[in-house]
Amino acid sequence: MASGSFAAQPETTAWTRLMVNRNWLGFWFMVPTMIFLLFFLAWPLILGMWMSMTDMRIGRGGVFIGLENYQYLLEDRDFLNATGFTLAYTAVASVVKFAVGLYLAILLNNHMPLKAFIRAIVLIPFIVPTVLSAVAFWWIFDTQFSIFTWLLQKAGFLAKGQYINWLGDPFLAQCSVIFANIWRGIPFIAITLLAGLQTVSPSLYEAATLDGASGWQRFRFVTYPLLTPIIAVVMTFSVLFTFTDFQLIWAMTRGGPVNATQLMATLSYQRGILGGRLGEGAAIATAMVPFLLAAIMISWFGLQRRKWQQGESND
Amino acid sequence: MTKPTRRSALKGLAGVAGAGALVGSGMTDWAKAWAQASPFKPEAGATLNVMRWRRFVVAEDEAFNKIVAAFTAATGVRVTVTSESFDDMQPKASVAANTGTGPDIFWSLYSTPHLFPNRCVDVTDVADYLGKKYGGWVPVAEAYGKLGNKWIAIPAAINGGYLNYRISQIKAAGFNEVPQTTAGFLELCKALKAKNTPAGFPLGRASGDGNSYAYWLLWSHNGAQVDENSKVIIRSPETEAALNYAKSLYDTFIQGTAAWNDASNNRLFLSGELGLTANGISIYAAANASSDPKQKEIAADMDHAYWPIGPAGKPTEIQLCFPMMAMTYTKFPNACKAFMTYMLEAEQFNPWLEAAAGYLTHTLNAFDNNPVWTKDPKNTVFRDASKRSLVAGHRGKLDEKAATAMADFIVVDMFASFCTGRESAAGAMQLAERQLQRIYR
Repeated sequence: MASGSFAAQPETTAWTRLMVNRNWLGFWFMVPTMIFLLFFLAWPLILGMWMSMTDMRIGRGGVFIGLENYQYLLEDRDFLNATGFTLAYTAVASVVKFAVGLYLAILLNNHMPLKAFIRAIVLIPFIVPTVLSAVAFWWIFDTQFSIFTWLLQKAGFLAKGQYINWLGDPFLAQCSVIFANIWRGIPFIAITLLAGLQTVSPSLYEAATLDGASGWQRFRFVTYPLLTPIIAVVMTFSVLFTFTDFQLIWAMTRGGPVNATQLMATLSYQRGILGGRLGEGAAIATAMVPFLLAAIMISWFGLQRRKWQQGESND
Repeated sequence: MTKPTRRSALKGLAGVAGAGALVGSGMTDWAKAWAQASPFKPEAGATLNVMRWRRFVVAEDEAFNKIVAAFTAATGVRVTVTSESFDDMQPKASVAANTGTGPDIFWSLYSTPHLFPNRCVDVTDVADYLGKKYGGWVPVAEAYGKLGNKWIAIPAAINGGYLNYRISQIKAAGFNEVPQTTAGFLELCKALKAKNTPAGFPLGRASGDGNSYAYWLLWSHNGAQVDENSKVIIRSPETEAALNYAKSLYDTFIQGTAAWNDASNNRLFLSGELGLTANGISIYAAANASSDPKQKEIAADMDHAYWPIGPAGKPTEIQLCFPMMAMTYTKFPNACKAFMTYMLEAEQFNPWLEAAAGYLTHTLNAFDNNPVWTKDPKNTVFRDASKRSLVAGHRGKLDEKAATAMADFIVVDMFASFCTGRESAAGAMQLAERQLQRIYR
């Protein structure tokens, strides 16, 4: 009997060893997520890159044309303008959003009456659906019905019947969409940095004050270093969101006037979906990848190189 | 199939309720008789999802839904209608065509079916049936509906876009009517600006009004994007003349036209800020239907005129075609054909045309006598929209390349970039030429 049951024991294979090995357990737990990421992130990205090397059109497959789409785009004025404006849009909006957001976070970190209420109010621009706020800005910057124009007329800076061509003039339109993006993006940065500020121990400020540190010195040598990791995260997200912005532009200007507010994302949609040239649209979208990667690299390797991440003291 | 949404469910229910209300009515009796005799028998258990452009004239939409309900009552085919804005129709249709899933029928704009002709059900039998019964199709309908000898869409109607003007402002500027030559028209615009009542025509991303204006500018000066052999000829002295003319006009316009979409001029005209623009009859229809005395006053003080004729010496308008196409992925192609046929039968189409109050122009010759064109003289101009219109592509073929050029706003952007001072005439033409050469390669 005993010898019989011993004989029935299955042979231990490499596969069964892997299945029960504690070192592999973590890997098995990661498999579902890896599959998810592979299908929903990596595969579309690879497919997009492949499409960018074809002349695929809507409704029919394309043939492989190598880098022809990219060659065309390198000499395409609209694409170059869109790339330039995307970089300017991202840089200006991100810097202003960071500066104002940080200032707002520091203000909100102080004790004040109705603190919770004011913090909730600050979040409103972020809560409002993008399209809704974009439509509101479309009205705000309407040439004839703009509230800014109306206010300027009332204040006597503009004559009655004199208008500002907010969205009809290429430069003013660019400024207008950047303004709208800043308005919408500040709360995200302010509230996230506020969360970071609240983790800074008050005892550090007390110690600095006792040492005679000024307000600026307290910020520069206490707040800023401790906030750096969260700044890195929040600015990475902010730059990525701004660089890939679509809704705001599409609802406000559709890339106009004369493609002046076209971002790479909107131009990709214009060429790929509206124009039906999927290959070219995919090439524009793929051309965004190096910029996005660069933004991530700068953020992670530049802002987060401090040794404390590895449990050591700072440089 | 489209994902059911609250709105579509409500519309579906409304359709069923409407169908119920129609049971026993004359419309349904006729519809049932029609269903018996129709050459197109819907598949058993067929249901249809129809996506159409969002209405501009309420009564037109109501008439459309009534016909849909009668069709459901007669054939048992449940039809769910959803609507999207002009600008969203083509992307939605394109994505559906590419992914092979979405509404069974798109009632879309311009040359959308030519963007993906092999994804459209062959509806030659429907077009032949309707053409024989109703005096034949106007040439522009054939151009939009056919690819070679095959009909890929049924051009159900044309939306005429003509000059909308305030009678009092034209008179104050010293004109009794809108001059019918481009030179005279420029004089009118200058006079309107001098009176501080400037005109305005869209140079922005306005699929309907923007393309209408830009192609009229180009064609009226004998310019064209391609010749008969699809060779790109946009860079020409004729185009340069058109650009210079456009700039002269632009200098007289109200500010902001480079940012206009399709709704901008409607809004400004109805607010009283604008006295001359190009649009469908929807401004007049909205002002007429309003209970606001100010709007009524605008309706009484406005009229319509044809586009002026330029050096080309003939009408050079492009009107907005509304082609209805069934997609090849549909499980119910016969139900699609039955639906399209039913909508254009005289018993439905005549009241629908009347309800549209001039917003829709027929493409089948037999509907010339519909009373909508004569009962209000301000409507009459729009009767000729489908007969005067040229097609996208003009001298070249109406194919996916012409459709792409229009969808990409190449001609609109050419005029806009020159008029706003972003490009010289040579630069604007060169940019357009390069883009067209890529499309027409």
